[in-house]
Amino acid sequence: MVTSTTGNAEPQPRPMETLPGATVRLAGDSGDGMQLLGTQLTNTSALAGNDVATFPDFPAEIRAPRGTRAGVSGFQVQFASEEIFTPGDGLDSLIAMNPAALITNVSDLKPSGILIVNEDSFTEKDLKLAKLEQNPLATDLIEPYRVIRIPMTSLTRGAVEALGLSTKEADRCRNFFAMGLVFWLYSRSLEPTQRFIEAKFGKKPELAEANRRALQAGWNYGETTEEFASTYQVNPAKLEPGTYRNIMGNQALSWGLLTASQQSGKPLFLGSYPITPASDILHELSKYKNFGVQTFQAEDEIAAICSAIGAAFGGSMGVTTSSGPGIALKMEGLGLAIMMELPMLVIDIQRGGPSTGLPTKTEQSDLLQVIFGRNGESPIPVTAARSPSDCFDVAQEAWEIATRLMTPVMILSDGYIANGAEPWKIPDASSLKPIPVHHPSSDEIDQPFLPYQRDDLLARPWAIPGTPNLMHRIGGLEKEDGTGNVSYDPDNHQHMTNTRAQKVANVAKLIGDAEVDGPETGDLLILSWGGTYGACTTASRQLRAEGSEVAHCHLRWLNPFPANLGEVLRRYNQVVIPELNCGQLRMLIRSRYLVDAIGFNKVKGKPFAVRELVERFRSLLSNPVHQS
Amino acid sequence: MNPTLPVLKASDFGSDQDVRWCPGCGDYSILAQMKKVLPELGVARENLVFVSGIGCSSRFPYYMNTYGMHSIHGRAPAFASGLKITRPDLTVFVITGDGDALSIGGNHLMHCIRRNVDLNIIMFNNSIYGLTKGQYSPTSPQGHVTKSTPVGSLDFPLSPLSVALGAEATFVARSIDFNTKHLGATLLRAAQHKGTSFVEVFQNCNVFNDGAWSYVTDRGTKDDHTLVLEHGQPMIFGKDRDKGIRLNGLIPEVVNLSDTNVDDLLFHNEQTDSPHVAFTLSRMHHPEYPVPIGVFRSVERPTYEKQVGEQIEAIQASKGVGDLQQLFKSGETWTVSE
Ligand code: SF4
Repeated sequence: MVTSTTGNAEPQPRPMETLPGATVRLAGDSGDGMQLLGTQLTNTSALAGNDVATFPDFPAEIRAPRGTRAGVSGFQVQFASEEIFTPGDGLDSLIAMNPAALITNVSDLKPSGILIVNEDSFTEKDLKLAKLEQNPLATDLIEPYRVIRIPMTSLTRGAVEALGLSTKEADRCRNFFAMGLVFWLYSRSLEPTQRFIEAKFGKKPELAEANRRALQAGWNYGETTEEFASTYQVNPAKLEPGTYRNIMGNQALSWGLLTASQQSGKPLFLGSYPITPASDILHELSKYKNFGVQTFQAEDEIAAICSAIGAAFGGSMGVTTSSGPGIALKMEGLGLAIMMELPMLVIDIQRGGPSTGLPTKTEQSDLLQVIFGRNGESPIPVTAARSPSDCFDVAQEAWEIATRLMTPVMILSDGYIANGAEPWKIPDASSLKPIPVHHPSSDEIDQPFLPYQRDDLLARPWAIPGTPNLMHRIGGLEKEDGTGNVSYDPDNHQHMTNTRAQKVANVAKLIGDAEVDGPETGDLLILSWGGTYGACTTASRQLRAEGSEVAHCHLRWLNPFPANLGEVLRRYNQVVIPELNCGQLRMLIRSRYLVDAIGFNKVKGKPFAVRELVERFRSLLSNPVHQS
Repeated sequence: MNPTLPVLKASDFGSDQDVRWCPGCGDYSILAQMKKVLPELGVARENLVFVSGIGCSSRFPYYMNTYGMHSIHGRAPAFASGLKITRPDLTVFVITGDGDALSIGGNHLMHCIRRNVDLNIIMFNNSIYGLTKGQYSPTSPQGHVTKSTPVGSLDFPLSPLSVALGAEATFVARSIDFNTKHLGATLLRAAQHKGTSFVEVFQNCNVFNDGAWSYVTDRGTKDDHTLVLEHGQPMIFGKDRDKGIRLNGLIPEVVNLSDTNVDDLLFHNEQTDSPHVAFTLSRMHHPEYPVPIGVFRSVERPTYEKQVGEQIEAIQASKGVGDLQQLFKSGETWTVSE
């Protein structure tokens, strides 16, 4: 194969193909800057008006051994001219910066997909690091693909040569070379990235210049090489009119919390302890001291929740954030908040488990932990975000429920949502829903004050210290209803247990009915929750487009379930519940509704691909497990 | 005292709940002294909060007619920190015991103290687990025979005040349940200090560890076994005030005043920045030494919650108060038109 690497041949006029969308994965060493490249491609595509969805996938180690398979960091983005719900399954193109990146990712590339490799990093040493006996570029592994080999390292060094950087510094610019090339291939503007370089490296002009040159060199390389038969274009999507920005899950959650705090007039107090993949919420909220936000990096997960409960007792919006292992540590504190009936939010950004598990990978396996993982009968409302931007709404809704019913509320997200990004239509801040909160004063309360007197939904009053004549003591011992005094009376304990359960059940009166996307009755209902929303939506629409009677119901509240859920489930011949766990929602649904739901489960630390869902659903349609 | 406040009496601070400690327990005396000194503090009842953990001592909040939280084992400093950071206007006490504070809650205690959150931590030290019926605690002497250590405990005990000083405490004191006058005065000093106050109170558990502190409570011997610390005063003790403490290099020694000049004694200075002498005092144990009581250390350092407030104010002053719409629109945005 003859490759022009000189870069000074005349630009070739090339046909431009318009595509409805493209899925691109950038893979390299964890130090190669793939996440940055991916973020730039995402932002640029969003600015170009595409709908976008991303899936960053990185190792748990900050700098895993160079060149190894364990050290591969990937970033996948789908951009499209139509509405999309996932970062895509099959890749249209894969950029592999080294053999380890190639070997761990190439199976996801579609046949005839474009495989761009950095040829310079396929030396004997690189192959050994990736535990490869043979150069994959010399095997038929790459046969099905359009392979484009580019000596990126030497080209980048050449592009920045005049600047007198060290080899190491020059090699750091390689990701910008790759970026320039990808941007050329998909007809993306370089301008937003040039602005980014200015903002990020402005203080180090020679690095800024080097990155700019590498970016341009990548673009120029595309223009001059004859290896690409055409370039591609993805037109703007028909999104609802409005002003948009890209938003990541943890950022949207942080902004949702901030908004809930403002809308309720309750100062936000976050007690948190660093843990992947939740720490970004602590980082994000720590930036908003100008909103009066107080963030408290506690000594451990336990102190994190306990400090938030202390803040709640004092009348603040107490929040704690963590992931599975940290949530396990918080459970005793959460039990106390349930007993004391104080409003607060506990946020679980799920990751692969058990134990330390897969800290940077996604899973939905904390559902039963958060619903049941405490001593005693200790019910709590549980809600789950379905996508990055949805986190914004979920945070507000959860706080509204917490304050209305005087209960802690659990919010579930996961690593896939937390780090994924999508366009978000910026709301008009003045039209956001207020969240009314009331603290009684002594003139509106008859003496003696009864801290456990209840309203129509069984909520008790949120009387806070500093209020004259409403002094009261709360704690973890069983309370007498009304007075809140310690009580060991058997009938009172039964009554209080029932009351706490009924109070949480009352959430169903506020959250509305379960809605169905698709026919009201039919052959198959897909029931999903959390981060599988996008893949399930895409799969069900695809099957309906093929003429199947498939509907999709996505649960926003996992405890309690919407009031009409049992009735919805019975309208379909089969119910299938895809989950990234071993069947946790399925267990709840079967026990609660006696519906023989079918599971489709995966725990590989990866989200569902649409095609695996479609395949499974198709087979259920042609060979039903249960005949009605 | 704030003149607009109604004058309160000790009885105003009692709740309507029956006190359920064992008869003769040292906790009664601490409760009585607390109620007695609170009126002197001049804080309205609704602005007082008692937060406790788990154990006999931790029932304390139920008996106070103030706001209160009986929380979970060992975590009271964490609840109280969240409360005080968000509500610096409140006066917050943490009531805890030796097991609660030093065993299950050791981590929270240490970090709360180093942050200098303005909390008054009163630790009832009875050197035993009372509520769970008599297991040895982190302050029980080695060899202590209990239900869980029938042939004697193996662990070496720790000294609570050394722990507090090691954690950078700004206020450290010790008193004794039955030394009521001293106890009341010490509680008041603790409450008046800005920052974390850590007070160890020797408390007799007459059911499971009776007489653990008899050497400092028995009428006949207490004066010979106790060193009452007074700021600016030489360290003199004994029934006849005939003994003193002198430093020999870095080591304290007991000397007879008959052959030692008072000027050669160690003079107590609770306000020195360096905690070294306070630490040395915290290492003086019975029977080698008289046990010091009183305020070991009382120094000024900004409180955590005050600094939290100052950071917020400074940023609001320089950046302006946060605006949601501006935040949503920050960074790169694009517009889709009809
Ligand atoms: S067990 Fe001991 S500490 Fe507890 S109440 Fe009885 S005497 Fe007091």
